[in-house]
Amino acid sequence: MQTTTRATFDEMLDEDGGIRPAYRAFRDWYDAQDKAWLAKQGQVAESVFRRTGITFNVYGEDAGQERLIPFDMIPRIITRDEWTRLSRGIEQRVRALNAFLHDLYHKREIVKAGRLPERVLRDNDAFLPEMVGFTPPGGVYTHIVGIDLVRTGPDDFMVLEDNARTPSGVSYMLENRETMMAMFPELFSRVRVQPVSDYPRALARSLAACAPEAAAGHRPVVSVLTPGIYNSAYFEHAFLADQMGAELVESSDLRVMDGRVCQRTTRGWQAIDVIYRRVDDAFLDPLTFNPTSMLGVPGIMDIYRAGGITIANAPGTGIADDKAIYSFMPEIVEFYTGEKPLLKNVPTWRCAEADSLKYVLDNLKDLVVKEVHGSGGYGMLIGPTSSKAEIARFEKKLRARPENYIAQPTLALSTVPIFTKAGLAPRHVDLRPFVLVSPKGIDITPGGLTRVALKKGSLVVNSSQGGGTKDSWVLAE
Amino acid sequence: MLGRTAYGIFWMFRYLERAENTARLLEAGFRMALTRGSQSDEEWRSLLTTLGLAAAYDDRFDETTGPLVSNFLLRDRENPASVLAMVEYARTNARMVRTALTREVWEATNEAWMALCEAMARPVRMAQLADLLALVRRQAMLVRGALEGTMLRNEIFNFARVGTAIEAADNTARILDVKYHVLLPSVAWVGSTLDNAQWEMMLRSVAGERVFRWLNAGTLDPRGIANFLICDGRFPRSLAYSYSKLASNMNGLAREHGTTLRSHALLDSAVTRLQAQTIAEVFEFGLHEFLTDFIAANRNLADAIAADYRFIE
Repeated sequence: MQTTTRATFDEMLDEDGGIRPAYRAFRDWYDAQDKAWLAKQGQVAESVFRRTGITFNVYGEDAGQERLIPFDMIPRIITRDEWTRLSRGIEQRVRALNAFLHDLYHKREIVKAGRLPERVLRDNDAFLPEMVGFTPPGGVYTHIVGIDLVRTGPDDFMVLEDNARTPSGVSYMLENRETMMAMFPELFSRVRVQPVSDYPRALARSLAACAPEAAAGHRPVVSVLTPGIYNSAYFEHAFLADQMGAELVESSDLRVMDGRVCQRTTRGWQAIDVIYRRVDDAFLDPLTFNPTSMLGVPGIMDIYRAGGITIANAPGTGIADDKAIYSFMPEIVEFYTGEKPLLKNVPTWRCAEADSLKYVLDNLKDLVVKEVHGSGGYGMLIGPTSSKAEIARFEKKLRARPENYIAQPTLALSTVPIFTKAGLAPRHVDLRPFVLVSPKGIDITPGGLTRVALKKGSLVVNSSQGGGTKDSWVLAE
Repeated sequence: MLGRTAYGIFWMFRYLERAENTARLLEAGFRMALTRGSQSDEEWRSLLTTLGLAAAYDDRFDETTGPLVSNFLLRDRENPASVLAMVEYARTNARMVRTALTREVWEATNEAWMALCEAMARPVRMAQLADLLALVRRQAMLVRGALEGTMLRNEIFNFARVGTAIEAADNTARILDVKYHVLLPSVAWVGSTLDNAQWEMMLRSVAGERVFRWLNAGTLDPRGIANFLICDGRFPRSLAYSYSKLASNMNGLAREHGTTLRSHALLDSAVTRLQAQTIAEVFEFGLHEFLTDFIAANRNLADAIAADYRFIE
């Protein structure tokens, strides 16, 4: 199946086959390299990843197996001006997300103003009643956000998805750059690229700036909470804790004592001020959320509400990146910032609405249909690449529970070259920039994580389904 | 540091030490079998007994041969005490405590695991055994070297060394105990090639045969060997050496924490006992009894350390 059409925007080559400005310096370097040597460097990179243990775990049949995410050595390059425009849009969107969350858990002005139907909040598991009326320390809900963007033209970036819970991938952004710099040091002296290596320090600063009242008078103790070594993103949890000089804790290391959440150290119990949790809401506190769970810290929510700890991201932020909410994001951005949204949404049909459902059913073969609460590319239909039987099966599910689905056009995701035996070849990509929010401001690392569909023509970039990653450059000049 | 991290470090280094010791024992057994010809089955059995794995082995196999025992000890998936399993445990622990390790120590551990998985992907033939065992030793030494060369001398380092020393002491005591009868004076021992070979195997399994010869000008005698493995503070796998390392690292922990705990008291009395005893007294008391007591006290000490430093809740 070949979906790469003439309408596809290639980020390196213009319509006449010329090199776009972003890639010129890189191409000069690339054209002068011995390709056999480059191929060998690619293998070196893979062995470095394996040795350093930059792996992710796969769920399901191969449970416990560690895999490498394929890495492609051709950087994805964005000019400084493109990035400046893009980052303004990202900042606006993230500001709106936080204001939206505060409003949802307080006065719900947006519902009262008739800009968001109450039904999308009702019976939504991502909405946490426990958060109603409570304001997290510093007023920050989403300390760490990943905004998934796709590009369809020179200045057309669209938001595919907001990740406001526990976005992952930032360790790949950092390690991809490290690897590129180790493999091609001279390249970085020829092309000036904005650095990303400050992210862990920025994260530590940002988290510390959100410390609760209980931390007044000392340097805040920050810990990273992981579900453990079998979690698919464990490498990243350990990596970030290590880079921040924070403890990497599991829930079994924690308990509530004297009004604080404490970690068991070799010297006794030590109070934690800020916890960067990489576990879902449901596994935070068995007393509040999931009485049958063996995981979590009983009582942490009480301590949180009493100002004894900061939880990042705040519980209940999932409501903001819910796919049912997504289609309202343009209204949400405008409502809270008073500005027109700088970043577009992908056009979205809400199957809960009768007219939309009819359109979607009539055009299934051209659309991408997603489950409202699904993630990771599972439970979705990509019309153009599906067989008639697959479409028929999906149609049944869709008719049975239309409110469970949204649909979007099949986008012509931009392409970026990858390195193949036969030379450079275009592949579809997306981009996940990482954003830090604290009372001191919003910090966006230049670039982010580029995910690439390695199979020719494929539009699925998820690492769980054969996607790879690239180093993402924002040029310094 | 977290109690769980201390726990992970402690066991990571115990497992590495145990993997290396199993490899050395196997190497000694292999040489013994080579030089003994027809009676070699007995040597393989004795190896299984030393490691406490005879029953587990008999559950799986009807006969005792070199290739079967070697593969069982090295790479058998069903044997949780195989070299490969222990290296894997060590690596899993290292992943768990990744933030407490330098990149060098983690990479050395991860590479050891990768190298051994690859080397043992298929059944090991006897012709490959020597190279494979050398690889196990070399990988263990690389981790030790990375620890020595890159880690801050703080409690993390202390827990790593404490784990190594507890395990080394346990291993040496067990090897001695299984073979203690060949060290006892008996009418049959004088100059017999059988016992010479047994003693040599014992020394070889703690990497001590060359050193011992060098110190003793080539003569082997049972009391000298026992003295060497129990009392000689210069030999890195003797009980005396392990306990002097334990003492210095436990002192490090006491200094850093500003307090001594129950484990320090236990250790003090163990060190005093070890230092006060001459090898003559050990034999008089009974070598087997001495070793049984030592192994139990060593285990108690490990438990006390785990409790004092909150390894688990």
